[in-house]
Amino acid sequence: MSLIQETLEPIQTSFEQPTYSSKDFQSNQDVRWCPGCGDYSILAQTQRIFPDFGVPKHNVVFVSGIGCSSRFPYYMNTYGFHSIHGRAPSIATGIKIARPELSVWVVTGDGDGMSIGGNHLIHTLRRNVNLKILLFNNQIYGLTKGQYSPTSEYGKVTKSTPLGSVDHPFNPLLLALGAEASFVARTLDRDTKHMQMILKRAHNFCGTTFIEIYQNCNVFNNGAFFQFTEKESKDDNVLLLEHGKPMVFGKEKNKGIKLDGFTPKVVSLDGTNSVNDLLVHNEKDSVLAFILANFNAMEGMPRPIGIFRAIERPTYEKDIERQIENAVVKEKGSFNNLIQSGQTWIIK
Amino acid sequence: MKELLQKEDITIRFAGDSGDGMQLTGMQFTSTTALLGNDLSTLPDYPAEIRAPAGTLFGVSGFQIHFGSTEIYTPGDVCDVLVAMNPAALKVNLNGLIDGGTIIANSDSFDDKNLSLASYNSNPLEDGSLSKYKLHVINISKLTSLTLSDTQLTSKEIDRCKNFFALGLMYWMYNRPLEPTIEWMQEKFKKTPKYVDANIKVLKAGFNYGDITEIFTVRYDVQPAKLEPGNYRSVTGNEAVALGLIAASEKSKLGLFLGSYPITPASDILHELSYYKNFRVKTFQAEDEIAAITSSIGASFAGALAITTTSGPGLALKGEALGLAVMTELPLVIINVQRGGPSTGLPTKTEQSDLLQSLYGRHGESPVCVIAAKTPSDCFYTVYEACRIATKFMVPVILLSDGYIANGSEPWNFPLIEDLSDININFRTEKDGFFPYLRDEKTLARPWAIPGTPNLEHRIGGLEKQQVTGNVSYDAQNHDYMVRLRQNKIEKIAEDIPLAEIDGKESGKLLLVSWGGTYGAAKTAVNNKRKENKYISHLHLKYINPFQKNVGEILKKFDKILVPELNLGQLSKVLKHTFFVNTISLTKVEGQPFKSIEIENKIDELLK
Repeated sequence: MSLIQETLEPIQTSFEQPTYSSKDFQSNQDVRWCPGCGDYSILAQTQRIFPDFGVPKHNVVFVSGIGCSSRFPYYMNTYGFHSIHGRAPSIATGIKIARPELSVWVVTGDGDGMSIGGNHLIHTLRRNVNLKILLFNNQIYGLTKGQYSPTSEYGKVTKSTPLGSVDHPFNPLLLALGAEASFVARTLDRDTKHMQMILKRAHNFCGTTFIEIYQNCNVFNNGAFFQFTEKESKDDNVLLLEHGKPMVFGKEKNKGIKLDGFTPKVVSLDGTNSVNDLLVHNEKDSVLAFILANFNAMEGMPRPIGIFRAIERPTYEKDIERQIENAVVKEKGSFNNLIQSGQTWIIK
Repeated sequence: MKELLQKEDITIRFAGDSGDGMQLTGMQFTSTTALLGNDLSTLPDYPAEIRAPAGTLFGVSGFQIHFGSTEIYTPGDVCDVLVAMNPAALKVNLNGLIDGGTIIANSDSFDDKNLSLASYNSNPLEDGSLSKYKLHVINISKLTSLTLSDTQLTSKEIDRCKNFFALGLMYWMYNRPLEPTIEWMQEKFKKTPKYVDANIKVLKAGFNYGDITEIFTVRYDVQPAKLEPGNYRSVTGNEAVALGLIAASEKSKLGLFLGSYPITPASDILHELSYYKNFRVKTFQAEDEIAAITSSIGASFAGALAITTTSGPGLALKGEALGLAVMTELPLVIINVQRGGPSTGLPTKTEQSDLLQSLYGRHGESPVCVIAAKTPSDCFYTVYEACRIATKFMVPVILLSDGYIANGSEPWNFPLIEDLSDININFRTEKDGFFPYLRDEKTLARPWAIPGTPNLEHRIGGLEKQQVTGNVSYDAQNHDYMVRLRQNKIEKIAEDIPLAEIDGKESGKLLLVSWGGTYGAAKTAVNNKRKENKYISHLHLKYINPFQKNVGEILKKFDKILVPELNLGQLSKVLKHTFFVNTISLTKVEGQPFKSIEIENKIDELLK
């Protein structure tokens, strides 16, 4: 527990600490997602946790691209920008560079962020612009009515793949880790407390935060994540990552993850293995983050949720500010000086 | 004592391999000439390859300068002197040399290998084929090497100094001082004094060679031009754009944001602005053209003076995002330094073929303001005007420059910040009566309410907006209303810009209409014809969307309208369908600017 607190950044203190309720973050627009959509929960958790952040809501900007998830900004009573397909990270980057003091959030989906906007996403992650990116992954194209997405599983039968998809899917977390994202996490639409905790950690983290949220599309891909979200199957299929804690899971808390060389294995805590033999989660260990993100592809492994990696490094917009401040201290720019510098001559 | 002849104007072309330093040589000659008070115009002309294979025809790099004691509007139709550092340079540029012109050839490079690379069957310096020119065969490489024989430089380093021999010789021939270039060398190579010494030696050797040898009997002088009194500097179009943006930022008190992806010939604007950190300029080299414009749109939403720079293919990629800027009604300046297209086309050559793309190249009814710069220094005023219009009307403005004026340079009677008109910005802060799409009655601009402003939280986006509230609306009548309103808003700009001024009589037989970088050749053609008492009028268009309010009126008063363009007649088409006038197109797409003679010949034909 103490280890976790060390990783927390102090919250930016504002002069006027506003006291908000979740209602203050609800806009006057009717929410128009399909009844039963996982997006409702994500919106509700965001609106619930935002008052905890102590940020004036006029300093908050939500930016999105295109897709069901991208309607999100309309429903938040903050500044918002519903842009074009895939470009939210770039628009948000422009906002953040221009105004580093703003709290800028990006809402995207698996199509928007991984497909048409894949390039912007990876470059934003490597630059480490201090943006909070929420990727709603439902493994399907919802708004265009049910084509496979870049995270749909191989063999997926959809409107555009009647014989099954022959596209190998992206693993969003591996992609983010590959781009050296400084903060990488996963949470679930149906685990409200966990999501709120992850959102809060993201808010407090200084750097790009990438959060994959498993989100159920009850119309076109219902139940894609039920084994991880439903009561009866959840405990045996989900590994809750907690910094500094051994990796235990299972309904009876009787299973754990052990490393055999570089290969993770599920072991039973039945006497031959004890909790002391298990892997201990460490958000600062990049190698471990890759191993955990790889669980998706390994038969029999539980699906980790939580923070895979949280390692701070300088942010892009602060580095720009630093260069500017250094230059201004040396000599504040003046147009009249600039235009007369170099070779000039007078004609009388 | 050698004879000194006065000349009104001279055109010199320096040509060599792309690694021979011809651009640098030309720019030094330009700076010195500008300092002497001549008017001038330059044309850098280089290949797309950074180091094209040595000796090849496609690897030739040229720099042409036209300078005079009168006003100069073009880099010169033909050159009086050709400095050819190798056979390929001679071959490529010979047809641009005036009959009886002077050739300075570096004979050391005219060996069998280079002659064959340039497809010469025999050595032109020896076979009499250049008899109609004044041919000066000089072993420049060898003389350079002799000059530096007592230095520690390697033979490769020595060879790289030879362009300064040619420059020194030209300085002698045209009676220019060496000091400005020597000072420049001392600054440029201050970390390696051996290069300073070597280059100065070679420069002087070239100068003395002209003075001492019997080869040259005459040298020339070009008196200062009678330019408007004032403070001058030399400027290229791309530099002028960067300076104009700095001025607009200082005047408007808006932070400058540039989102850009490197592309020839626009990259220099990114380079230039990246230096100006002390002006709080924020430059963002994006991962692609799309991120370049969308980051700028984000910065604009956040309250910055947002710019994106590109060239034709990049503008195509930005098309969708430009539609978003139209829909969200955010100020944005898009600078398109045009090059030869389509596709990768001719990256380092000039063209005016993006006019229709700029006007219409987007999805939906998506009008934007389009203005074009006419000369290197005019890029300054045009980009400043683009910033003014964009922020006043909350619209995207496309500024069209081109490779020719972007890289070309001229002396500029530059302004100071107090000489420039104001750019007033009023961010919305008042809560009462705020609606994101409630408009200013006069300009139809919506309020610029930036994040961080208490109580004005609102959402914008690419979906159609309900008028006033800005809420998403799919209502048919509303969409029709908004489409017309966005069009109307662009048209309103016409009420905010000066009327078009015609050069010459207000009616007559022939009107020459030019736009962009074609200005110089058009102006020169008009002046030359007037000297022959062939009177024609000239209208140069800076504003293309919207046109100035009196353009239609002007056009209708002439029997014939000639429109020269470096495309297949794009402005001509627009004038026809906008004003129902008959235009005559003069077109050229050779990657080179018009020669004034080409326009003059067409004028003669039309006045017959």
